[in-house]
Amino acid sequence: MATVLALFRRELAGYFATPVAYVFIVIFLFLNGIFTFYLGDFYERGQADLQPFFVWHPWLYLFLVPALGMRLWAEERRTGTLELLMTLPVSVTQAVLGKFLAAWAFTAIALALTFPIWITVNFLGSPDNGVIIAGYFASLLLSAGYLAISACISALTKNQVIAFVVAVVVCFLFTLSGLPLVINFFSGWAPQVLIETIASFSFLANFTDMTRGVIDVRHIVYFVSLTAVWLFANVIAVDQTKGT
Amino acid sequence: MSTLIEIDNLSKRFGALIAVDGVSFKVARGEVLGFLGPNGAGKTTTMRMVTGFLKPDAGRISVSGHDVLEDDIAAKAAIGYLPEGAPLYGDMTAAAFLHFITETRGVARARARERFDWAVERLGLQSVLQQSIDTLSKGYKRRVGLAQALIHDPEVLILDEPTDGLDPNQKHEVRSLINEMASEKAIVISTHLLEEVDAVCSRAIIISQGRIVADGTPMELAARSRFHNAVKVTVRGVAEADLAKALGGIAGVSEVATDAIGTDVVRCTLFSSNGTGLLAEVSRHVQSSNWTVDEFGVETGRLEDVFRSITIGEPEKKGQKEAAS
Repeated sequence: MATVLALFRRELAGYFATPVAYVFIVIFLFLNGIFTFYLGDFYERGQADLQPFFVWHPWLYLFLVPALGMRLWAEERRTGTLELLMTLPVSVTQAVLGKFLAAWAFTAIALALTFPIWITVNFLGSPDNGVIIAGYFASLLLSAGYLAISACISALTKNQVIAFVVAVVVCFLFTLSGLPLVINFFSGWAPQVLIETIASFSFLANFTDMTRGVIDVRHIVYFVSLTAVWLFANVIAVDQTKGT
Repeated sequence: MSTLIEIDNLSKRFGALIAVDGVSFKVARGEVLGFLGPNGAGKTTTMRMVTGFLKPDAGRISVSGHDVLEDDIAAKAAIGYLPEGAPLYGDMTAAAFLHFITETRGVARARARERFDWAVERLGLQSVLQQSIDTLSKGYKRRVGLAQALIHDPEVLILDEPTDGLDPNQKHEVRSLINEMASEKAIVISTHLLEEVDAVCSRAIIISQGRIVADGTPMELAARSRFHNAVKVTVRGVAEADLAKALGGIAGVSEVATDAIGTDVVRCTLFSSNGTGLLAEVSRHVQSSNWTVDEFGVETGRLEDVFRSITIGEPEKKGQKEAAS
């Protein structure tokens, strides 16, 4: 645990040692503002809730989280520090966890900095703060899913650009897997069970339910297990590719 | 002496390329093993397997009594490792980086502070502690890499080209540091600087195409050189051809290499036909000839010569010019 914590601290400090952290946070807050107020019709809706805020999160994360995750392993492989890290008395699992948790904590910081919108909505009306908390919780789980995918893909290449592009594509498929775009591809030849399974993998469906205040165990299990599976794949990817 | 590193029949291949092919050796406490070989011979691959970074295809490795394949964490804890090229986290300051290493290695806080001070003092890092590693010169980066390998006082040290990129003074510093620690640790250094082997190693292994081709003390290896027991004479005022003829006639001399090194000055190297001493015979001959001798001595053998002859299968006899230089 102390080892994971040491790795976590190093990684998190790494974000703030370069302009990456500030650029990311500023863009995240800026886009959140634009999406919520202009595209989300925050005022015109006349409802005191944060639906127009949360509804854009899957699309924001789709691009921003892979940008955050792309360097996690690709950078270590490119500069050779992976050899340093993997010859410290640290297991691959500890390293994967330390890095993932640091990046996740960073998205949590960015997400926490959106608090003015929560103050705003409370100032303008009397929203159901339980639903808002559920929304933040869902958004955090959603970012964990995107991050686990991005981290795993980052371990497969030395090139951050490739890591980013591939991660965006995979995240995109997971985001949309409930929509006709993906389902139509399978319907007609795949068995119904498979189609339903694919549909249930959708980030959007699971996320949207939660932001409405419906915290179902199934949704939590979905995001937690999805993250765990991708992190497990991340461990295998690091283990298999570290010497190449 | 206790054995701290034990490698048995280690092999590793990358696709069709056999990088390491049945390498076995042991290193005991108090030994400094020089790992020599041309680039691509398998030095780095072997070190990466010993430190648990790469998994071997076959063979066993034990470090400080821990099997690297079964309990890699315990083995890694006992090792201080400087990877090839000394990779470091460039965005960290030198101080933050060294703290990170002691933290991940689980060094207790008081001990970590003590070791940090020791490493900073011993490697001369005071002036750069608060600088980010990216901004450091190559020499300082290498020293931070060494500090990182030494900071937990490991009993096994594996250093891949530790003096690469250092200036002569810094090289000397690092070598005296290695000599200082040699008695209580098992140290493996890879290098292609043969002077380094003479300066720090108690034993040398030469590896070529993944196999060990020589293993012995630097003296023993040098004795395999054709320069071993060769006699060097520099004579003034005698023609090169006459010298070669006169010296070549001495019993036991197999070959004479001559090299004019100035006006009227010729340096001759006399090779022994069977590796035995020639000094007495040559000395008698030189005295009786009444030459003006500038220099007279015996060669102990050249490691470089041995290295070349066994790693590229160089013919024993080389061009005369080169031999006498």
